[in-house]
Amino acid sequence: MEVDREDGRSQNQLRPLACSRNILHRAHGSASWSQGDTKVLAAVYGPKAGTKKNENPEKACIEVIWKPKTGQIGKPEKEYEMILKRTLESICILTVNPNTTTSIIVQVVNDDGALLPSAINAACMALVDAGIPMKHLAVAICCCVAKSGYVILDPTKLEEQKMKAFAYLVFPNSVRSVLPEGSLRVEGEPIENGIITSVTHGIMSVADYFYCLERGRAASVKLSDFLRRNLQQQSTDSSKAG
Amino acid sequence: MGLPNANGDLSTEVEVDAFRRLFPLHFYEKHLLESISPDARPLGRARETTIALGAVASANGSALAKIGSTTMLAAIKMKVMTPSLETPDEGCIVIDFHMPPICSPIVRPGGPAEAAPVVAKQLSDTILSSGMINLKELSLVSGKAAWMAYLDIYCLDADGALFDTALLSAVAAFSHLEIPVVSLNDDGKIVLSEEQGLSDREPVNKEKRKINLSSVPFSLTCVLHKNYILADPTAEEESIMDTILTVVLDSSSQLVSLHKPGGTVLAYTSAIQDCIALTRQRVKELQKILEEAISGMEVD
Repeated sequence: MEVDREDGRSQNQLRPLACSRNILHRAHGSASWSQGDTKVLAAVYGPKAGTKKNENPEKACIEVIWKPKTGQIGKPEKEYEMILKRTLESICILTVNPNTTTSIIVQVVNDDGALLPSAINAACMALVDAGIPMKHLAVAICCCVAKSGYVILDPTKLEEQKMKAFAYLVFPNSVRSVLPEGSLRVEGEPIENGIITSVTHGIMSVADYFYCLERGRAASVKLSDFLRRNLQQQSTDSSKAG
Repeated sequence: MGLPNANGDLSTEVEVDAFRRLFPLHFYEKHLLESISPDARPLGRARETTIALGAVASANGSALAKIGSTTMLAAIKMKVMTPSLETPDEGCIVIDFHMPPICSPIVRPGGPAEAAPVVAKQLSDTILSSGMINLKELSLVSGKAAWMAYLDIYCLDADGALFDTALLSAVAAFSHLEIPVVSLNDDGKIVLSEEQGLSDREPVNKEKRKINLSSVPFSLTCVLHKNYILADPTAEEESIMDTILTVVLDSSSQLVSLHKPGGTVLAYTSAIQDCIALTRQRVKELQKILEEAISGMEVD
C-alpha cells in the first residue's frame, strides 16, 4: 500500500540521523542526537558516591533529569524521567559500582515528533561516551498506526497528532557474534527481538500492535548499524588525535 | 544458624518469615516453581476485587475500589465553565492522583511521591484516549457553558498494582456520576440550581442526568520474572521483581495501552501474548464486578 507522507518518505523510512559525542567538556559523557528536526542533548555525570534515600545501596543507582524546551516541569516530564530511568537501569550493569549514583540530564532542544525515543538514544550514546558499563545498547523507535491500519515509522509531530495511535518501542541492539546462531536464542527468538520498553498512546487493535513490533524490530536493526558505524568511526578519530 | 542444605541455601534451617526477609528472591522462586504465589493464588489470578459506589456523599460521583489490599477512593465534582474557543461544544475532564502519606511507608509529607505524577499522567492519557467519555456530552450550551469534571483519586493503601485500582475506581466513579441540575439565574448565566437557591426554576438539563460510557477500559498489571508471569503483584513482589508490564484493554478487546517501562527481563512475543490473554480474562471479571455494583446501587 503506497502511503503519502508529507515529507515524501516511505512507510518504513527513518528521518536522517545524526549523532555526535563528547560535545560538553565538563560532563563525564555527553551526546547530541537528532532525528530530522527532533534534537535532544544528553549529559552524564557519574558515578558519584552515595545513593538516594529509598534506593538499594548494593547496586548503582541512576537518576534522570528531564528538561523541556520551554515551560515548567510537570507530570509529562516526570513520566519521561521514570521511563528513561527504568530503561537505562535495565541496560546498565548495576553491580559493578555499588552505592553510586549516575545522573543523566536530558535537554530537549527541539521537539518534532518521536521525542522519547530520541532521548533514549541520546542518553544511551552519552552513557557510552562516559564509559559506564552496559549489557547492550538501547535502540528506540516510534511507530504510528493510522486509522486505515497501516504503520509508519519515525513520525513528525504533525503525523503523531493526526494518527490514531502510536507506540514507542525500545529494543536491545542487534548482535554480531562469533558463536553459532542457534545458541543465542531465548525461547526460540533471537535476543534482539525482546522488548526493553514499550509505551503506547491511543487505541489500536492487538494485531496492529504486533505489526508495529515487527516493523520496529526491522528498524532497530538499521538503527543498530548506524550506531555501530558511528561508534567505530569516532573511536578511530580520537585514537588518531591522541 | 545452621549449615546450608543440599540446595545450597538455608531454607530448612531458617523460619519462613526470616527466610522471606533475608532471601526474598529465593522465597518467591520456590513458589513460582510450583506455579503459585505466597498468598496461595495461582499465577494468573488477580487478587480479590471489590467496588463500593457512592462512598463520598458530597461528591457528584464517587467510588471506592479495592484490589487485594490496594485501596483507592475516586470522587468527581462537576462545575460549570465556559468552553474554550477551539472546542465550543466540548466539556473537559481534569484528573488528579494523590498519594497521601497514609498509603505507604515510603511516602513522606512535603513532596509528592515519585509514583504519583506518573500514575496521574498514565491515568489521564488512558481515560482520555480510550474514548470512554464523549466530551460533547458534557456540553450545556454550545460556546457558553459546559461541564468541567474534576476527578480526584486518593490512594489510601498502596500495595501494588496502583494503576489498575486507580483506573477501576475512576471508571466506577464515572458510572455512578449523576450530573447536577442547572438552571439560568437572573444574570443569564447557567448555574447549579442548589447552590444559588434556584430549585424552583426550570432546570436546563432535566432529561440528561447520567453520562453514557462506551468502550470502558480495564487493565491488568503483570510482573515478568525469568519465564514466569505473575499477575496482579503486591508491593513486595513489585519491589523484588522489577519488570512490570501493564496492559489496558477496552470492552471490545482493543489495546488502549501496553506499558512496560524498562526492567531486567526482555519481553518476547510469547510473553506479551500471554499477558494480553490474561488481561482479556480479567476484563470479563471486572465487567461483571462493576455491573453487580451498579445494579446493587439501583436496587437501593
